[in-house]
Amino acid sequence: MNSGDGASHLVGTVRVKRGLADMLRGGVIMDVVTPEQAKIAEDAGAVAVMALERVPADIRRDGGVARMSDPAMIEGIQAAVTIPVMAKARIGHFGEAQVLESLDVDYIDESEVLTPADEAHHIDKWAFTVPFVCGATNLGEALRRISEGACMIRSKGEAGTGNIVEAVRHLRAITGDIRKITQADAAELFDWAKRLQSPLGLVQEIAETGRLPVPLFCAGGIATPADASLVMQLGAEAVFVGSGIFKSEDPGPRAEAIVEATTHYRDPSVVAKVSRGLGSAMPGLEMEGLETKLAERGW
Amino acid sequence: MTASDSQPLIGVVALQGAAAEHVAAFRRAGARAVEIRVPADLDGVDAVALPGGESTTMSHLLGTSGLFEPLAERLAGGMPAFGTCAGMILLASEVLDGRPDQRCFGAIDISVRRNAFGRQVASFEAHLDTEGFDEPFEAVFIRAPWVERTGSSVEVLATVSPRSAFQDASATCAHDSDGLGQHHPVPVLCRSGSILVSSFHPELTADDRIHQIFLDMVGASVAR
Repeated sequence: MNSGDGASHLVGTVRVKRGLADMLRGGVIMDVVTPEQAKIAEDAGAVAVMALERVPADIRRDGGVARMSDPAMIEGIQAAVTIPVMAKARIGHFGEAQVLESLDVDYIDESEVLTPADEAHHIDKWAFTVPFVCGATNLGEALRRISEGACMIRSKGEAGTGNIVEAVRHLRAITGDIRKITQADAAELFDWAKRLQSPLGLVQEIAETGRLPVPLFCAGGIATPADASLVMQLGAEAVFVGSGIFKSEDPGPRAEAIVEATTHYRDPSVVAKVSRGLGSAMPGLEMEGLETKLAERGW
Repeated sequence: MTASDSQPLIGVVALQGAAAEHVAAFRRAGARAVEIRVPADLDGVDAVALPGGESTTMSHLLGTSGLFEPLAERLAGGMPAFGTCAGMILLASEVLDGRPDQRCFGAIDISVRRNAFGRQVASFEAHLDTEGFDEPFEAVFIRAPWVERTGSSVEVLATVSPRSAFQDASATCAHDSDGLGQHHPVPVLCRSGSILVSSFHPELTADDRIHQIFLDMVGASVAR
């Protein structure tokens, strides 16, 4: 028996990049701003943490330009936990993405929560070894991000609001159109590609498989265990929780409850059990009152 | 192939991670497979598979779901088990670089180092020469663990050289300081009794030969 020829070892392949997204399925990825919060997230059973300087609720409140986090802060979180650490780059800001890759982050979120750096171009994600997740509000947007190299898609939702309504809209838009495409005939797929402004090949692939070519996760407004159960039943394969945990009254137990509800999302008695006595959720905002809709960033 | 009731039933622990891929792979290989989330799901199951995912998360959820004790009992009773990546960590007797409170079943006498090949930028694919296979196996390693010590009962079916995984990455090998040396191949597919473990993810490729090895082990175990 000999051990594989070293020359055949390949890093940064699509299989390796999508593979990590597959391994996160059924899990909860939590926004954290300090190593202490990262520990709380890992203790609660998070599959990964998103290291950032301010949670979306604070970005929304403070205003100003939101950028990539301080590398020292990301490294502090990497040192604190053993689970994957993700970080956010601005839309189109490949300079920030290069820095994050050099820090060995496990996934980069090209995120509308930060202030976009380029009004026409998203990052060419094929140029990187590190995988990317991108937000989407509909299927066309999801497929454009995949064609640029994204290996995980998440709903944008409306980050920092504690309001699930936009994430539900985005998930339903994506999964609804996927269902329709599986019913379309070969000629209609050309029209779908045109309407979605997406590559025909990806539309044809969806017609065949009935699913996105990469995992579909939910982000934006998840604040309770029942929120997690709802979006998992709507077709999300894992959930991102941003402000919902560390802006709530008692983050540790809430984080743990959302983890359990995500695993047992089809069992309402478990969701009920873990929802008891969690204290108050983050306050939350109505869509009508928002000055800035983050989901409208990106295209 | 179609699965009939006479065939063994494989329970895939589906608390988190790539459980659906294991279910699909077992069904392609002609077996019956179900997902396991709560203790009652173990009824009637002849063998289990523990998928890839985050081992710390699975360890946590095994506790909260009440699955850990009944599963440990069945494993102690000789039920066959197949663990990939996180699943391998959970079946091991010792976990290095884990969380102090991380639980494992001790079903196979190996010491496993978590994330031993490095972070995601060091994740890789390799063609693996595997004991008993005519053609190499396309193996996908994701933030993968490796086996650092094997007990005398453990058979090593495939190894990989850690160094070569780093040829394209700037990361340095975490394996430097423990005396084994960077170039020494490390075990990544091991068998002992009715337990099979891999560092990589056979559930992510369409090649079901490793699932077939396990099904043969299950067949032999059920026949006894």
